[in-house]
Amino acid sequence: MAFALSAETEKELQAILARYPNKMAACIPVLHLCQDTNENYVNDDVIQFVAEKLELSAAHVKGVVTFYTLFNQRKPGKHQVWVCRTLSCAMRGADKILHHCEKRLGIHVGQTTPDGKITLRTAECLASCGTAPMMQVNKDYFENLTVEDVDRVLDRLLLDA
Amino acid sequence: MLKPTTYLTHSYDKPEGFRIAPYEAQGGYQSARKALGMAREAVIEEAKKAHVRGRGGAGFDCGTKWSFMPKESAKPHYLVINADEGEPGTFKDRTIMERNPHSLIEGCLIGCYAIGAHACYIYVRDELHLSKARLWGAIEEARTKGYLGKTPFGKAYPIEIYVHTGAGAYICGEETSLLNSLEGRRGEPRLKPPFPAQYGAFGCPSTVNNVETIAIMPTVFQMGGDAFSQLSALHSFNDGGSRLFGVSGHVKRPGVYEACVGLTLRELIYDLGGGITSDRKLLAVIPGGSSCPVMRPEETVNLPNDARFGEFNGQSILDLPLGVDTFRGIGSMLGTCCAIVLSDAADPTLAIHNLMRFYRHESCGQCTPCREGCGWIERILDKVVAGKATLEELNQIHEIASDITGNTICAFGDGAAQPALSFVRKFRKELEDYVVSGGSSQTRTLVA
Ligand SMILES: Cc1cc2nc3c(=O)[nH]c(=O)nc-3n(C[C@H](O)[C@H](O)[C@H](O)COP(=O)(O)O)c2cc1C
Ligand code: SF4
Ligand code: FES
Repeated sequence: MAFALSAETEKELQAILARYPNKMAACIPVLHLCQDTNENYVNDDVIQFVAEKLELSAAHVKGVVTFYTLFNQRKPGKHQVWVCRTLSCAMRGADKILHHCEKRLGIHVGQTTPDGKITLRTAECLASCGTAPMMQVNKDYFENLTVEDVDRVLDRLLLDA
Repeated sequence: MLKPTTYLTHSYDKPEGFRIAPYEAQGGYQSARKALGMAREAVIEEAKKAHVRGRGGAGFDCGTKWSFMPKESAKPHYLVINADEGEPGTFKDRTIMERNPHSLIEGCLIGCYAIGAHACYIYVRDELHLSKARLWGAIEEARTKGYLGKTPFGKAYPIEIYVHTGAGAYICGEETSLLNSLEGRRGEPRLKPPFPAQYGAFGCPSTVNNVETIAIMPTVFQMGGDAFSQLSALHSFNDGGSRLFGVSGHVKRPGVYEACVGLTLRELIYDLGGGITSDRKLLAVIPGGSSCPVMRPEETVNLPNDARFGEFNGQSILDLPLGVDTFRGIGSMLGTCCAIVLSDAADPTLAIHNLMRFYRHESCGQCTPCREGCGWIERILDKVVAGKATLEELNQIHEIASDITGNTICAFGDGAAQPALSFVRKFRKELEDYVVSGGSSQTRTLVA
């Protein structure tokens, strides 16, 4: 089925377009907007939609989607968890946090829990090195993490139906 | 010399410190009002006197950069703020956007006026959702007050500020890559020249500045450029004012601290950072984000022929004031001024292994030496850590990194080569131990 936006989200799209001198510049913000309303991923229908809206070739939009790590080309879990693994976090126990997540969720990095609830990933430095170790859950940061903190956060996600 | 300041951080601990009312109570928006009442040339001159060296890593003088913008042109001009903060170890810009966003918005007004721009884009990396929300909130508050829009402060000089978002790519912090990304393209760096001041965003004259560089401008115009510059112990190096210093890794109190330029690494690590975790010894420090060469505390300043370094010659690098030219002088870099500290309980081989994995992952792949070189170095280090590398391969790291240096489109290549070269030179013995012992020398981890 062809992708479309709700009337309200369509208004947001128009507001984004108004910020730039041309339509192409809206490419990344509009892709985010669509991804947020499409179960967190960008498929060929979304690419086609964005290409038509912004008067770009589908190839251009696809090129953008594949360049950036935060556009999902496959449907991820309902919640996305990223554990930062870069140096400052690694020096303060990111490995332990990551392994704890794997054990707790019963999956490896890059995988989604069988019930489709949580996708676990690693991230590179998230500008939170002074409060390491840290992880991002959907749009929120959790900093100065202990394994107990991780349990509390994951429990809440797992309870969420 | 440790001289703490609170020009940017005064709002950090207040629960509503990100709102316009407390900001204005501290004199906020008076500087933009003042600057917009001055001639454009005079604004640039005042900024030059402040000697604000770019806080994004390259340390270029901000006022001078502004002066490169054409005086008259048929095309619109743009101010683009680099809020892509992604250099490993760097976490200062985020604190400004979350906890003092109005300083950036006010700085953008001053910057736009100085370079003849009517529009400013703040390019924020996507992950910083709270930063984006706080900036949009600040923009709305400023607009309600009449500080933004068609007639800011009643002056017929329209200014609009927009928050733009990235989508996850460290390379987009490089300014030409950032411009491509802003235009809705893949974030691949462009060849320079042309420079952004001639051909920047949307093919128009543009200035790209770091968040902190712009956020400090209201302070500059409040104090006067010269008085601001004089705050610094490195005023004579044309490195003025105060700035944010970060410290992370194996210290007791990691965090962001604000102080006058002139602070030393020893003060940052021991006085502000509280000293090394578990009172261990300092093994090494990467002074300003991961792309800067690593330094060991045994190193001393050895520049007898440079008069500016007179009193520092022979002293430990820990006692050299952190400045753009002082650290360039000793063969490292100040970068973003956010230090990563390694205790002697930790394994430096694992540190460089972690960093080279980062660079391999983040190379945009346009240049063969960078794309292939980062991969080769990572693979050799994989073998080192597994105890399967040869001494010959250790030497190859040096060769590969040297071949990247200077042979790429953007400075990412050098930024990846510097840590590799410096770790291999300064931790040769530790790396060789892995090779000779087949990995059985590995008893330490990265955590201390
Ligand atoms: C690989 C790479 C990544 C960079 N990342 C950032 C960044 O995240 N933030 C930033 O302000 N500057 C970054 N820079 C520096 C910018 O290219 C540019 O010099 C800076 O934004 C200019 O602003 P300033 O003069 O105010 O410092 C990066 C440079 C390179 C080569
Ligand atoms: S140096 Fe590396 S990151 Fe920069 S353009 Fe070349 S391949 Fe891309
Ligand atoms: S290294 Fe993890 S946030 Fe910077």
